[in-house]
Amino acid sequence: MAEPQSPLGASYVPGDHGNAAAGIGVTLRERKGLSIIQVTAWSEAIPAMLTAIGSATGLALQNKPGLGRVAGEKSVFGFAPGRYLVVSATPELETRLRSVIAPDLGTIIDLTHGRTVIRISGPRSEWVLSKLFAIDFSEHAFAIGNGRATLHHDIHANIQRIDDETFDVYVFRTFARSFWATLGHAAEEVGYRVE
Amino acid sequence: MIIKCPYCGPRDVIEFIYQGDATRSRPEPASNDMAAWNAYVYDRANPSGSHREYWLHSGGCRQHLVVTRDVSTHAISSVVFARDAAVAVKSGEPA
Repeated sequence: MAEPQSPLGASYVPGDHGNAAAGIGVTLRERKGLSIIQVTAWSEAIPAMLTAIGSATGLALQNKPGLGRVAGEKSVFGFAPGRYLVVSATPELETRLRSVIAPDLGTIIDLTHGRTVIRISGPRSEWVLSKLFAIDFSEHAFAIGNGRATLHHDIHANIQRIDDETFDVYVFRTFARSFWATLGHAAEEVGYRVE
Repeated sequence: MIIKCPYCGPRDVIEFIYQGDATRSRPEPASNDMAAWNAYVYDRANPSGSHREYWLHSGGCRQHLVVTRDVSTHAISSVVFARDAAVAVKSGEPA
């Protein structure tokens, strides 16, 4: 299979940037080699869909707004009623989901080539993301594993909290380079490392 | 203005798109009553005070909402999913 090209291109410059002399506030990297699948349940089939996602991924969810779970490279989170992003490093993910999700439960759309995933981690990650998105990033409001759908200007983003100081930001591939540049500017103040 | 989305929680108005008056009711599709269609398309009461209106949470969960808002003060008294409001109206309950 052809190697997918990152849309970040020449903008992705590994190394230390910004005010790094005072310490590294955040580390940025692009997560590659993922399968990113959007699963949408018919409104009456949400509990059955969550069971199906659980059997395909091992990550079972309750039916509550924005809930999600993370286990290594695998993650699942809700970002709208009955809508979930299911992510895994295995290319078999879509096949596995299709084997347990019949059309009477809902729909499956492979977004692998339509999204870019940027992982931001480090002690200042909440601070940097708070500059860009008008949502509460503190852990009591945004628990580990949970997801959000929000905007930075007109760039739509899905955000999942991975741990106390790590977030994954899913942006449209065609906006990814612009968003990456903006994220870099926001992180300059605290010093950032690109891996 | 902050709108408390039933799914996403409180979000800035910049994430939402106003979609018009939620109090008007569409005539039956087969209706030939031109006055009723004209009123549906053009007539708006433009009240002061509490008003029911459609908003789309385009920058979040992308759900259509029915927001009850005081247009004088911007105080919001209720936000529900539009589909729930439609079901409530159909069954005769107050939304």
